[in-house]
Amino acid sequence: MKTVLKSAFAALLLAGIAGVAHAGDISLENPWSRAAPTGAPVGAGYVTLKNTGNTGDKLVSATADVAGKVEIHEMAMDNGVMKMRPVHGLEIPAGKSVELKPGGYHIMFMQLKKPLVAGEKVKGTLTFEKAGTVPVEYTIKAMSAGAGGMPGHKGH
Amino acid sequence: MKQLRLILWSAAALAAVALAGLLYFTAGGPQATAIGGPFRLKDQNGRIVDTVALKGRPYAIFFGFTHCPEICPTTMADMAALMARLGPEAKDFRIYFVSVDPERDTPEVLRSYLASFEPNVVGLTGTPDEIAKVAKEFRVYYRKVPLDGGDYTMDHSAFVYLMGKDGGFRSVIGYQEKPDRALNKLKTLIEKG
Repeated sequence: MKTVLKSAFAALLLAGIAGVAHAGDISLENPWSRAAPTGAPVGAGYVTLKNTGNTGDKLVSATADVAGKVEIHEMAMDNGVMKMRPVHGLEIPAGKSVELKPGGYHIMFMQLKKPLVAGEKVKGTLTFEKAGTVPVEYTIKAMSAGAGGMPGHKGH
Repeated sequence: MKQLRLILWSAAALAAVALAGLLYFTAGGPQATAIGGPFRLKDQNGRIVDTVALKGRPYAIFFGFTHCPEICPTTMADMAALMARLGPEAKDFRIYFVSVDPERDTPEVLRSYLASFEPNVVGLTGTPDEIAKVAKEFRVYYRKVPLDGGDYTMDHSAFVYLMGKDGGFRSVIGYQEKPDRALNKLKTLIEKG
């Protein structure tokens, strides 16, 4: 009886997560990452989060198969000084897009388990407060890929 | 109202002073020579790099760390791409990558991290005191910032300084500066020292 209840609960939970993910109003556009030097302990993931719904949502956590630990970070240049801070919940307002991009927000891959090689992919998930957990696959671009018209930059 | 005007005027005055300072700085006034100084650090192969031995050779220097997801790898990749564009002219030119995180960035860590940028990029590390001294000479700001779970990251200045053959400051390549402009600066440095 106990096991039946347990599995029923698990099924319910799974259905719940899957259901929310499907019903979610968040779409992911152009997820990409950047090749990292050999032995680099960290890397970054970028993606545009589009909220097509009528209510705001929040990106609360992320996972990646290549990383032992994943955080949401914000980077900023302040008078030539690079500063990076963890973000505990990134707001995605209703009807708006939030672009995670070089020089701004990024998914920080920490404790890299394998090198990030251009052309390969990073698989992971993004978890939103309302939309639930959504799978994401980042395409790894060349190391010099970045903002500001550098080679490798793709339009959005 | 009076107070607001005062604030605005003070802000304008401050901005003017900052601009004047910047112009003076970029024009290469006497102050400019104050950036940089002698250093003696260990490279990724455990060898000592001493500015005394660098006399007569211009070089570039950048302060970063390997736990850096964006600025450091992209800056090094961009510099390596510029070296490739310069071709044989840049064969002996060195870009020093000084770690502001010497606790984690041992010569071994730097060796693997910088392997893809060899031979132009040379990693440098040392004791925290040695790094602090060099950073001060180059007026580089850096600071340890704690992250969750005992990790930490570093805030740091992200300029590439171009140093002349006499060890004096020449110019700076900013983060994501247009490649052609950066290339011209490097060309001038290599040709004129």
